Amino acid sequence: MSLLELHGVSVRFRQSGGEARELTAVDSVDFAIGEHEMLGLVGESGCGKTTLGRAILRLVPLAAGEVRWRGQRIDRLGQRAFRPLRRELQYVFQDPHACLDPRMTLLESVAEPLRALDPDSEAAARARLAQERLDEVGIAADLAARYPHQLSGGQLQRAVIARALVVDPRFVVCDEPVSALDVSVQAQIVGLLERIRDERGLASLFISHNLAVVARLCKRVMVMYRGRIVETGERRAIVEAPLHPYTRELLDAVPGIDAGARKRLLRKAARTHPGADETAPAAACAFAARCPHVLPRCRVERPPLQPAGESRLVACHRAGEWPGGLPPLAAA
Amino acid sequence: MKGGLWRDALGQLRGDRAAMTGSVVLAFLVLAAIVGPVFIGFREDEIDWANMAASPFEADGHWLGTDRLGRDLLLRTLLGLRVSLAIALAATLVSLVIGVSWGALAGYLRGRADALMMRFVDVLYALPQVFFVIILTVVFGRGPLTLLVAIGAFGWLTMARIVRGQALALREREFVEAAVVGGAGTLRIVARHIVPNLLGPVIVYATLTVPQVILVESFLSFLGIGIQEPLASLGNLIADGAGEMETAPWMLAVPAGCLVLLVFSFNFLGDGLRDALDPRDR
Amino acid sequence: MPLLDIRALTVEFAGEPPVCAVDGVDLSVEARESVAIVGESGSGKSQLLHACIGLLAANGRARGSVRFEGRELLGGNAAAIRGRGIGFVFQDASGSLTPHRRIGLQLAEVASAAHGLSRDAARAESRRMLECVHLPDAERRLMQYPHELSGGMRQRVAIALALMARPRLLFADEPTTALDVTVQAEILALVAELCREFGMALLLVTHDLGVVAALADRIAVMQAGRFVETAAAADFLSGPRHPYSAGLLAAVLTLGGLP
Repeated sequence: MSLLELHGVSVRFRQSGGEARELTAVDSVDFAIGEHEMLGLVGESGCGKTTLGRAILRLVPLAAGEVRWRGQRIDRLGQRAFRPLRRELQYVFQDPHACLDPRMTLLESVAEPLRALDPDSEAAARARLAQERLDEVGIAADLAARYPHQLSGGQLQRAVIARALVVDPRFVVCDEPVSALDVSVQAQIVGLLERIRDERGLASLFISHNLAVVARLCKRVMVMYRGRIVETGERRAIVEAPLHPYTRELLDAVPGIDAGARKRLLRKAARTHPGADETAPAAACAFAARCPHVLPRCRVERPPLQPAGESRLVACHRAGEWPGGLPPLAAA
Repeated sequence: MKGGLWRDALGQLRGDRAAMTGSVVLAFLVLAAIVGPVFIGFREDEIDWANMAASPFEADGHWLGTDRLGRDLLLRTLLGLRVSLAIALAATLVSLVIGVSWGALAGYLRGRADALMMRFVDVLYALPQVFFVIILTVVFGRGPLTLLVAIGAFGWLTMARIVRGQALALREREFVEAAVVGGAGTLRIVARHIVPNLLGPVIVYATLTVPQVILVESFLSFLGIGIQEPLASLGNLIADGAGEMETAPWMLAVPAGCLVLLVFSFNFLGDGLRDALDPRDR
Repeated sequence: MPLLDIRALTVEFAGEPPVCAVDGVDLSVEARESVAIVGESGSGKSQLLHACIGLLAANGRARGSVRFEGRELLGGNAAAIRGRGIGFVFQDASGSLTPHRRIGLQLAEVASAAHGLSRDAARAESRRMLECVHLPDAERRLMQYPHELSGGMRQRVAIALALMARPRLLFADEPTTALDVTVQAEILALVAELCREFGMALLLVTHDLGVVAALADRIAVMQAGRFVETAAAADFLSGPRHPYSAGLLAAVLTLGGLP
């Protein structure tokens, strides 16, 4: 049995504006995460990946579907009933400057979940445990006594990770934990997450828009586009033989730092896709508007997520035409 | 409370000349109102038959002259200042406690609870304050306590609105969500995350409330429905003085000057605090 | 004569203690050249740009010399060349767009100020610029408000705004950091294309070596207010000399070498 299972999970938001419209942010998503597994979720901003992560932790309500934790449904629980589960399911937020209370020291912030979940615990014991976690992520006591505005983004993100770990959770949603950071600091935080993954055997959903970061950390990767999962597979397969055109595009977007990068980029310049932000009809493939391989069929029939080889799923009508994966744009 | 953050704000406040002048003048006024009367060689109700309505230049021993009944004007002004300050501080305290908790809770809960709580505030807003005070004085008689209840009952409304607006914005911040993930309940989030983060605007607004309340008190006393003789307040002293404006202008000038000084220094301090506590400037 | 010539530029911020953000740096940008300043946040790279165009915070002071086409910019002369001589694009496009005004009005305002155009001509020019930055559906965009656009589209509008007065030099401060990877690549390609098309020089500030690889001819690595290495971009990417630069380069996550 998987640790966490999602079946047909959808999240809808009422859009304000002229007529009351509903925006489907997450559209019937299924997946499962096993014990100790780190699953990657990639997609661009607004594709619903953050909403999906938040829906698991009941920070946004589900419109449909179910979430099971160790086989038990948890999507119907009220906030109070959910509270004991917060010991097991935690969240690492994207922007460390925003998710720490500016009026609390790092130590206070990290100790807070301990107090909230067990008000009878002893303050000194809480502080000791919090500092232990902070030490684990490389924040010494003198830094822990400071306020967020006195520290750098990298240091704050370490504290945010410590806060998620302080209750010894079994599962963590990591929502873009490095994208607000400098590139050099990103590498350090990715290293830290790698270490935590190996030492604690923690299960997690790792959300990012950067495929290079996700591939570094997660064995299995899901690609999301406009609320739907478009491809799932083992990371090597995804990187070396992407089956969905959107995955290909994400791969092409990973910045190269070699001399050829500039040439590839300039070649790409001519290919920016107009109309990429138009709302696709519900019956169509959401990617049809910007897909270089689009067929008339794609505009009227939504491709289902189908098996394509071992532990591999893809939602594309033409996936069968390139069993070896889509070639990079530069070579095309 | 939080050493580091408040120290920063204090440091910036020190560099603000207007705010520093304001707080020095304010400290002087408060001190004078509390201990000043002791050093004046007259009693509150002592009537100096030799000096009635005497100007500061002709009255013997009365530094700022006397009123119609020959009472020392400096002493009366200081006592009036004491009463006015006490009412202002008490009313501000009421507005802080009720206004902040009401507003923070409404803003955090949103939805129906918020709508109900704020409609209640709107209803109170719609009541004309002066009539309310008149009714209160008819029922409970005139006096400082009635005045305090009257001012307190309305003083927290604006505070509640300000705080609610801030709380609505704060509850959308990610650190509030992080506290939810950490298992914190509603009361804890309001007390530990919402309220501390809106103290800045609250303190600023409170310093601006004090002079407002003093003005309202003065206004009501001036109309004769506030503090009554023989008890002095800045308001009824000014009302008295206004009556004698042509024959004894100092009777108006002394308490009015005191009021102006007080209101100015509170406003300067409030402006300075607003700048110092605004985290965007740091 | 270089287009932009920075000599011994020092930027200090008053405070307790005072902070020296830029510590006596020299840099020149030739016409049509693109130069990247690379460093981590807090290295002073943004302050350097801000000092050049006179946009330092109130407690900041710049010393040294910054000459643009021979004219000294320090000491209050920068305002005259903002827009016309030097255009700029910031990390957060919403920073250069007023939230409650239609995009068309904002563009037209700059167009008529820059070229003395009539209302209709300014509108036509605005439309043309939006087409230049490949914003689909330009006519409709003119009537929209900034929040109705996606981050990438807003950045395109911000670029159109920066280029409206045909500057000879474009300052770009982390132009892609706030954007998605796929959109990042598009905006980089756009900047490269426009620099070529308009014959513009580019001075770019970034922490992302991917951006450098895509755009820069020359690179200056900044650490704690100083340049630790300046080199041609191609040389730098293939073999950095300073250990700090090597560390930056090693930190870039790529898709190579997956287990």
